[in-house]
This record gives sequence, structure tokens and C-alpha cells, in this order.
Amino acid sequence: MPANSATLATLTARFGSLPTSEFRGQTRVVVARDQLLGVMRLLRDELRFDLLVDVTCVDYLTYRDAANRFGLAYLLASTDTNERLTIRVLLNEPNLTVPSMVGLWKGADWLEREVFDMFGIFFDGHPDLRRILMPEEFTAFPLRKDYPLQGRGERHNFPVLTRNEA
Amino acid sequence: MAIEVPENVVVTKLDELANWCRKNSLWPMPFATACCGIELMATGASRHDLARFGAEVFRFSPRQCDLMIVAGRVVMKMLPVLQRIWQQMHEPKWCISMGACASTGGVFDTYAVVQGIDRFIPVDMYIPGCPPRPEQLIQSIIDLQDKIQREGTVEGKEFETAARQETKRALVELPTYGRKSLVAH
Amino acid sequence: MSIAPSISERTQASEKDYLWTLNFGPQHPATHTTLRIVLKLDGERVVDAIPDIGYLHSGFEKIGEKLDYNQYVTVTDRMNYISPMANNVAWHHAVETLLGIELTPRCKYVRTIVAELARISDHLLCTGAMGLDTGAFTFFLYAFYQREVIYDIFEALCGARFTNSYTRVGGVMHDVTATTVEKIRRFVKTFPATLDDMERLLNRNRIFVDRTKDVGVLTKDDATNRSATGPIARASGVSRDLRKDEPYLAYADLDFQVCCATAGDCFARYYVRMAEMRESLRIVAQAVENIPAGPINVGVDERTTLPPKSQVYQTIEGTITHFELVMLNRGFTVPSEESYAAIEAPNGELGFYLVGDGSNIAYRARCRPPSFIHFALFPDLIRGHTLSDVVAVLGSLNIIAAELDR
Repeated sequence: MPANSATLATLTARFGSLPTSEFRGQTRVVVARDQLLGVMRLLRDELRFDLLVDVTCVDYLTYRDAANRFGLAYLLASTDTNERLTIRVLLNEPNLTVPSMVGLWKGADWLEREVFDMFGIFFDGHPDLRRILMPEEFTAFPLRKDYPLQGRGERHNFPVLTRNEA
Repeated sequence: MAIEVPENVVVTKLDELANWCRKNSLWPMPFATACCGIELMATGASRHDLARFGAEVFRFSPRQCDLMIVAGRVVMKMLPVLQRIWQQMHEPKWCISMGACASTGGVFDTYAVVQGIDRFIPVDMYIPGCPPRPEQLIQSIIDLQDKIQREGTVEGKEFETAARQETKRALVELPTYGRKSLVAH
Repeated sequence: MSIAPSISERTQASEKDYLWTLNFGPQHPATHTTLRIVLKLDGERVVDAIPDIGYLHSGFEKIGEKLDYNQYVTVTDRMNYISPMANNVAWHHAVETLLGIELTPRCKYVRTIVAELARISDHLLCTGAMGLDTGAFTFFLYAFYQREVIYDIFEALCGARFTNSYTRVGGVMHDVTATTVEKIRRFVKTFPATLDDMERLLNRNRIFVDRTKDVGVLTKDDATNRSATGPIARASGVSRDLRKDEPYLAYADLDFQVCCATAGDCFARYYVRMAEMRESLRIVAQAVENIPAGPINVGVDERTTLPPKSQVYQTIEGTITHFELVMLNRGFTVPSEESYAAIEAPNGELGFYLVGDGSNIAYRARCRPPSFIHFALFPDLIRGHTLSDVVAVLGSLNIIAAELDR
């Protein structure tokens, strides 16, 4: 269900007019990085968006007419009113730091770690920001558009065991 | 169990007996990572019963198994684990690479998936399929049993590792005083 | 590459000398395939558990940027491989939301039936594995036998036991035939007896109840705050079920109940899954009797599904649609927009966040994996319990490693 107008009205009253759009019944609001923590706190505490569904990122490097490189998306839902809302934050290099939402929703812990692992977005205030899916010593950020699908040879960089040796 | 037999003795009947024993009691070690693991479990379940072919117990300890069935994709984070488990298994040991992902990488030609475990582990039998049906796995166990019957030896000559060869040569060529082996293991 | 545990500085500081570190996984019979937990034990008590995942990370999301919307459904099968039909339905639900396609009524009912059969299959394996890990082997065999019956249904429907890749954009691969409907009816008749047998084995079994009651308790507020959804959240009292709250496919027409519990322990999660199997069977029983007649895929004018061969050879619209879809530089047009759509998968809310860029290949295909989010709950559920409870809690969370790592 799209966010109802009361929610959007409260957001606008508190934070000024934010670019809002609707597509296929989903409401998306673009928020600036410094407003993000305030907006999220408002959404969780007063507007009762208690379920953080997902935190994800999109790399717009090869997207037509893209103004910013990274778009972070927070998908929120409310368990009482069944509303859904998508908050988007647009980021550009070199400043890829965003405040962490772990203080508000504990579920953001691993979701933010995965965004860091795959895209290299840093979350300020995250208790344990390290790689979660790739090995610790992996250096690149795989889901960025400039990293090739087949990788750069890391996957075959291992010693070979033959029948003679083991 | 390997018997030390002097080199001028031919033991074909003993070979056949040893091969028959080994092939009919292949205890698999299921290295199940992904979807093929479910078909492996289904092969061990009651409908397609793998225990009929001697693979009675799926021991999860590498020290107690002789057949490693790698079922599912192996990613680069998992490969050192796979190698370590292979090294922990005792000879005689065989490896079945089950499914397209273990054999060649399958649908996942990506930065993280190893394109075939035979790049890093010696493999005896490959099973194509995504996932292979339980009947295919049973057929591959039967084929492996034929291979063991044809090519096995009682003293495990086919598993002669370089380390054991060095020990033998060292014991024959040079006297050793109070030392078990010249080769540091 | 070392396989030593990577422990952050925070936990290293609190390490005491007498605590013992035990590595659980990634190769272990009770970890459902490849996940790894580093346990810090004080004798038998678990003081801390540090999960270490990524042992099955295959780059699913990057593949989504290479394969088109119909090819990627083969890859979604391999995510939650216990209930692949649910993943297929979720993927195409997301794609059809992005494209704005409305399915035919017949397709909605067929997809509902296969999604519910996948739910039964998933819950059978989850409870079966939970039983197996706590020592109930017969229960596991009963569950696996019924899963083989469901595999037979899927095989009659589309040729593959699992990893079906059954759905397509705007429809499904093949229509249901009378044989499949007959098999489903027979399953609906015989399954309740097995479910009764299974319940009689474990529901009041002293050993099972002692091992699972009050173990791994998840409170209601914690469940929502940590983004838990599905049976795990419902077992803690959160009555959110996307089939009722945001009805999709044919669920609005069918009569079923949402199963919840309040205890939030392992036994509650097991019990919610057993109850959900009964409700799913009710849904299948109603849906299979009321499949609407009519075409299964959307019409040729939508230019999204391959038309049947009779139309390709006899009508000009069919021929044009076939060529448009199959030629390399054609395919269906997709708006340059982003959207998210989720279904109630057996494990929780499974959704895909899709970014379209005009071509028939997704620009970004993000999977919202319930197993990943639920595994993050694990350290807090297990703290203070014993080593033998690790297995029970892990089994009750239904962590599928392929969905965890993608």
C-alpha cells in the first residue's frame, strides 16, 4: 500500500518539500544525506514504520541520464497500517558515508554490512562494519558496475592438490 | 587398509578381493553445499535408497569416509575448506563431483564461484545435471564401483603420494639410525 | 586464504581466559549446508556466537544484471532451493509489477497452487530437518516421503523435480493438465493422514518439547525491530502475512487463516509451521477445484509472453510477437523505473527490488532474502543456552544457505 497522505504531510511539514514520486502503488521520497537520520527517526517513532524491510544500493554508473553515482534505498513498512515507503539517498564519490540506522532498527546491522561489502558505502556509527559475504581479504566491491562479472582472477587463485600430493 | 607387499609379488586375486570389499562399502562424505545437496539427501532417503549399494552411512567426518561427494557450487571462500577436508580423508579415497556447478561452475560463471573443483582437487567421477536426478547419482556410484574394481590395488598403489614414495626410497637407499623417517611430514 | 575466525575487536576485548572457542561449520551435518558459527563456550553454555557467512556467495545479483527477465527465473530457483516455485512466483511477481502486467485469472490460480505446494514442501523440510537434528529420524523420513509426492506433482507439471523455472513474464511455462490436477487432488486427500502421524510423533513428545520449549525466545518487538517476517515473526506474535495484508494472485478469493503463536520459542516456530501446512493444504484444496477456464498466459497484444504455436503460425499478431520476443535486439520494453514487490514466501517476505532501464535485462535485481535477515537473529537467540540448543535454534530458523549468501 502506498504511504498515505498524512505521512507525507508530516514529512513535508518537518523537513520541507522533498522530491516524492509514486510508481505502481509505491511511494518514493528522496532525502538528502544530512536529513536522513532525522527523517528515519520521525518515521519510526511518530509515523510507526516499525519494519525495515530492506536496505539496498544501486550503482547508476551506466544508467542513462543519471546525475548521481549511487542511490541507497531504504524500504520501510508499517505492521499496523500496512503502508510501505521507500526512502532514497543519492550519493556521489568521494563522500560515500551515510549515518547508520542500527540505532533505530537492529535489522539494519547485516543489511548495511552487505551494502558496504558489495558497494563500498560506509555507514557511520555501525558497530561492526566489515565484510560479510566476500572473504576478509577481498579488495574490490563486486556489485559496482566497473567490476566485471567474472571477476579479476580471484576465484582461481588457490594451490592445486593432485593425487600425488594429498 | 593397505598392505605392504614386496615388489616382486603379484597379487591379482588379493587385489580383486580388496577391490570388491572397498567398492561395496563406500561410505560417502557429503560435502553438500547447495541444491544438489537436497538431491543427495533425497538419494539417501527411502525412495531411492543409496544404502542398497553399500553407502550405508553418510558420515560427516572426513576421517571415517572414503568417498567425498561434492554436491553443489563451491565458492572461493569455501575452497580452502574443501581442500582441507580432502586432505583429512584417508586413502583409499575417491571424489565424485555432483552436478554442473561442482564439475564446471554451472550457471554461475561469476567472480565468486570456482569453475570446476577439478581445478583444485582430483576428481574421479563427474555427474552432469542441475540438479542430477537421484538415479544419476546412483548410476555414478555404480560406475565408480566398476572403476574401483577395474583399477584398484590392495596396497593402494594408485594413491601413492609423493611423500610415501620418498619414505620408501629413503628406507631402501640409506640406513636410518633411530629416526622414523627422513622426510619431515 | 586463511580460515581462521574473523572476530571483531569488540568481542576480542571481552574474551576471558576460560572461554573455549568452538568452530561450528561450514562443513557440519547440522548446519544446513554452508554456514559457520564461531561459538564461545563456558563449559556447555554459549556465551557468544559469531556467525560467519559467505561460503555460498555466488554473485546472484550480478547475474541478474546479465540475464533477461525470463532467463533469470532459472537462477532464482537456486536461491531458496527447498521451495523453488515460490522464488519463481516472487521474481515474476516483481517483474510483472515493474512492467505493469495483469495476469489472467487462470494463471493466478495456478501460481497460487504451486506457491502453496512449495510452502508445504519447505515447511516439511524445515520441520523434518529440525526433527532430524534433535534425533527424530522417523519424522524426517515421513516428511521426505511427502516431499517426493510433491516432487512428482511438479514433475508432471513442468518436467523438473525441483529447480522448476516454471513461471514466465505474463504467465507460466505450461498449462496444468488433467493428470496434474488428478495428482494434486490425490495429494490433498492423502496428506492430512501423514500430517497427523507426524504431529503424533513430535507434538507431545517429551524429548522434543523439552529441547525446544523456551529455547531461543524472540519477543514480538524484537522480531519487528530486527526485520523478521514469515513464520518466525508470526511465532512471536506479529500477525503480518502478505497473503492477507497485501493480497496478490488469487489469495483474496480463498478462505484461509493466518497462523500465529505468542511464545516465540523454537517450539512455537515448529508449531506455526505445522499449522501453516494445514492451511496451505486448505488453500490448495479450494484452488484446485476452482481453477478458472481461459488462457493461461496474457494475450499476444501485450508482447510479453511467447504465444502458442497455433497462433504463431496462423495469426500475424502471433508471428510478430514471437519475433519481437526472440530477436536479440528486441524483447519487451520496460519502464526506466524502480519498484519493489514481495510475496509471502515460506521463509518470510521474499521481494525483489528491480531497477529497469528500458531493455529486457534488469539494471539491478536485488533479492530481499529472509534467511539472511533471520540468521542475524541467531546470536541473540542462543546466548545463555547450551551447545545442544544451537542445533534446535538453527533448525527452527530455517536458514537456507543459498538464500543467505546469494
